[in-house]
Parts: sequence; C-alpha cells; structure tokens
Amino acid sequence: MNYAQHVLTHLRKDLRLEWRTKDSINGMLFFALLVVVVLAMAFDPASYPTMTRQISGGLLCVAVLFAAMTALNQSWARETHNNVLDAHRLSAAPASALFVGKALANFLFVMAVEIVLAPIFTVFYNLHPLGQTWKLLFILPLGTWALVVNGTFFAALSLRSRNRETLLPLVLLPISMPALLAMIQASTAVLTGEFEPTLWIKVLVAYVIVFTTACVLLFQTILSAD
Amino acid sequence: MVTNIRKSPGTMPKWALAYFGLTLVVLAYGFYAAMVAPKEATMGNLYRVFFYHLPHTILSFVFPYLNCGASFLYLYWRNRNVERAAAADAFALASAEITVLYASIGLATGMLWGRAAWGIWWAWDARMTTYLLLWLLYVSYLLVRRFSATGQTAVISAVLAIFAAIDVPICFMSIRWWRTQHPSAVFGGGDNSGIDPSMVPAVLWNMLAWAMWGAFLIGMRYAIERRRQRQSNAHALGFLGDETPQAFQEVR
Repeated sequence: MNYAQHVLTHLRKDLRLEWRTKDSINGMLFFALLVVVVLAMAFDPASYPTMTRQISGGLLCVAVLFAAMTALNQSWARETHNNVLDAHRLSAAPASALFVGKALANFLFVMAVEIVLAPIFTVFYNLHPLGQTWKLLFILPLGTWALVVNGTFFAALSLRSRNRETLLPLVLLPISMPALLAMIQASTAVLTGEFEPTLWIKVLVAYVIVFTTACVLLFQTILSAD
Repeated sequence: MVTNIRKSPGTMPKWALAYFGLTLVVLAYGFYAAMVAPKEATMGNLYRVFFYHLPHTILSFVFPYLNCGASFLYLYWRNRNVERAAAADAFALASAEITVLYASIGLATGMLWGRAAWGIWWAWDARMTTYLLLWLLYVSYLLVRRFSATGQTAVISAVLAIFAAIDVPICFMSIRWWRTQHPSAVFGGGDNSGIDPSMVPAVLWNMLAWAMWGAFLIGMRYAIERRRQRQSNAHALGFLGDETPQAFQEVR
C-alpha cells in the first residue's frame, strides 16, 4: 500500500465510525447552535445591522472553534479503547498517515457543521453580506483546516495527560491565534465589504502550509512518546 | 549511574557565587544609573520604569529561542544520549520559566508606562498584542509541562516548544498587518524613538544587568531541575533492588 492508500484507509475508518454513532457531528452542531444563541444574548443582532456585519464573521469562527474543540478530544478517545493506539504504534504503516487521515475526517465533520450552521446564522442574525460571498468558499475551508490540523495534533499530544479536556484549549488557542485572526479578518472583509480579504487569505495559506508540515513531521515523535 | 555529581551538591560552586556577586553589583549600578538619569520632559520621574521595561521585553524575545534550541537538542539526543537529553530538557524548562517571568515583568512595567504616557493601562496595538500572545504561549507551555503524564512530559513539551517558536514570527507579522489596517489612535510613535543621549548609559547598564540576572536565574533553575531529575532517577532505581540507599545518598 502506498501513503495515499494508508491515509484513505484511516479516513474511511473514521468516517465509518462517525456514520455509525454520529456522536461528533451531533454534539458539535448542537453546541455551535447554543453558542450562537448565547452570543445573541450578549448583544441584539437584529437591531444593529452594521455592527452585526462587523462582528458576525468573528462570532461564527469562534462558535465553530469551540464546537470543534468538543469533538477533537473525542476523535482520539476512540483510539484508546482496547489499546488500539498501541496497535497503531506497532503497525508498519507510517504514523503520519494515521494523523492525516484523522485530521481529514475531523475537517469533514467541522465543514459539515459549518454548512448547516452558516444559513442558520444568517437567518438568526439577520445578516446581509456586502462583499463577495463566494470568497467564503476559500476562507472557511482554509481556516477550518488550520484549526483542525493543529487541534487534531494537540489532541493527540494531550491524549494521555491527566486532564486532557482542559489541556486541549489551553494549548490550541494560543498557537492558533494567528489562524483565528486571519480567518476572522477575512470573513469580516467579505461580510462588510470594507476591505479586501486577499492579505488574510495569504496569511491563512502560509499558516496552513507551515503547520501542516510541522504536524506531519512531528507526529511520529508524539505517537511514540514514552 | 549519573557520574557528574559534585562532592557537596548542597552549595553553589565558587565561580557561580562570584558571578552572582558581580550580577548584584551590576544590578545596583544599573539602578543607580537609572535613578540619576535626567528627568524626562513630559512624564517626569515616572518614565524611569522604562529602564526596566526595555531590558525585560528584549530579553523575553531572546529566551524563547534558547528554549526552542534546547528542545531541538532534546529531540535529537532522546534516543542517542539519555543524559544529554535530560540536560537539554532541564534547560528548556528553565528558559521557558524565565521567559514567562521576564515577559510578565515586561507586561507589568509596560502597563505602568502606558498608564503614565497615554492615560490607559492597555491598548490593543501591534506590539502589546504580540507580546501578550508570546506570554500566553509560554504560559501554556508551562501548563502542559505540569499536566502531561510523567513519562511523556519532556517529549510533549519539546514538540510544543517548537510549535511555539514557529508561531512567534507568524504572530508578529500577522498582528502588524492587522494593526496597520486599523491604526490605533492612542499609540503615537515608538516608545524609544530617539531617546536623549544622556539616558543611553542607564539603558545599556540595565540591559547588561538584567541579561546577567536572567542568565543567573536560568542557570540556577537548570541546576535545580537537574537535581530533581537525579532524585527521581534514584527514586525509580530504588524500586529495583539493593543499590537504592547508595544511589540515593549520592544525590542528596
């Protein structure tokens, strides 16, 4: 089997597991919805359309980030039952294939949540974007991958720590701050139409390339960290 | 077992004591230089916090790279030379802790300065935001060290240190772009753009003094961490058999 087939096998396994339980997607979706509602308590989105446009990009990204974090821990917890992780370590397949497969699966789950959430968000917040909305088709997947690739990596890193539920956000948030900033700025640019999102898309691309490389190179070290 | 144990590990070696004394002298002179420097025109005596702010902030951008270098060395030596790997890990921990210490002092003095110069404690301008993120990154590094499972702390934190060091320049650039797009009204001109020549000696002496002090703290923390490592090694060996008392005696 070559590398791509290994990745595909891992991806297929994760998708199948999710298809049978639907734990991650349901949990994330409902959690993101709750975040949207809670944030509507903080300010009145319907009465201030300009302000809503200015902060909605940020709110959507934050809701997605929080929702993704609830699922990322679960995605590795599956591998710890029956010592599956030890089997992965013994396997001849490259360790990074396991990581890439899982990151891809998590990416698809979070994207599914965003696809459902974005229309709900637009309706609830009475949002009328002024920029070129099609650019969100680049921005959201890029930003999601940036968050998910680091999130999957750090979830694996904190897998055997004492309180991993707490540890993941503590590590993930500071590291992914530039990605979050770029994603928020780019989507705000699209929603308000006040400035061009190009610079921030470039930042996202650079961030994604740098950190995907770092994650793939260092995953072997993390997996066999004893 | 470990071979490089000094005969009386309870005391500092003479050169370290001498260095400590010298550091204190330079610190005292730095304090003197900062206090006799001429009064600043607009801020009066309050500006003197600047002599502490500048060295701490500059040095807290230097120490993270010591941390990153030590982490690389740890990963390199991990399966080659256990003793050196442990030393690199101890050094990484020491430099990260001193980074957080210096960055905290830098943040605190910066806020004092901001309050005096601009009337507000905190502005989300490019430098402050980058600096806050640096502080957050290394606090999270220390938290990971505290929370991770015993046998894995070193590996996990080494990997995290590399991620953090990659992240610092990206943060720096992206926040600069962010803030040039929305210029902040409060921040006018750099804080050390054109200081008076009469203040330069005070700046340089304090720079030297705090660099020496930081190096001393890192060395001290390194020595303490090395001793802790030896003790936990001896403790682990103690579960194996008779050699415990001797191994434990050696390191105590």
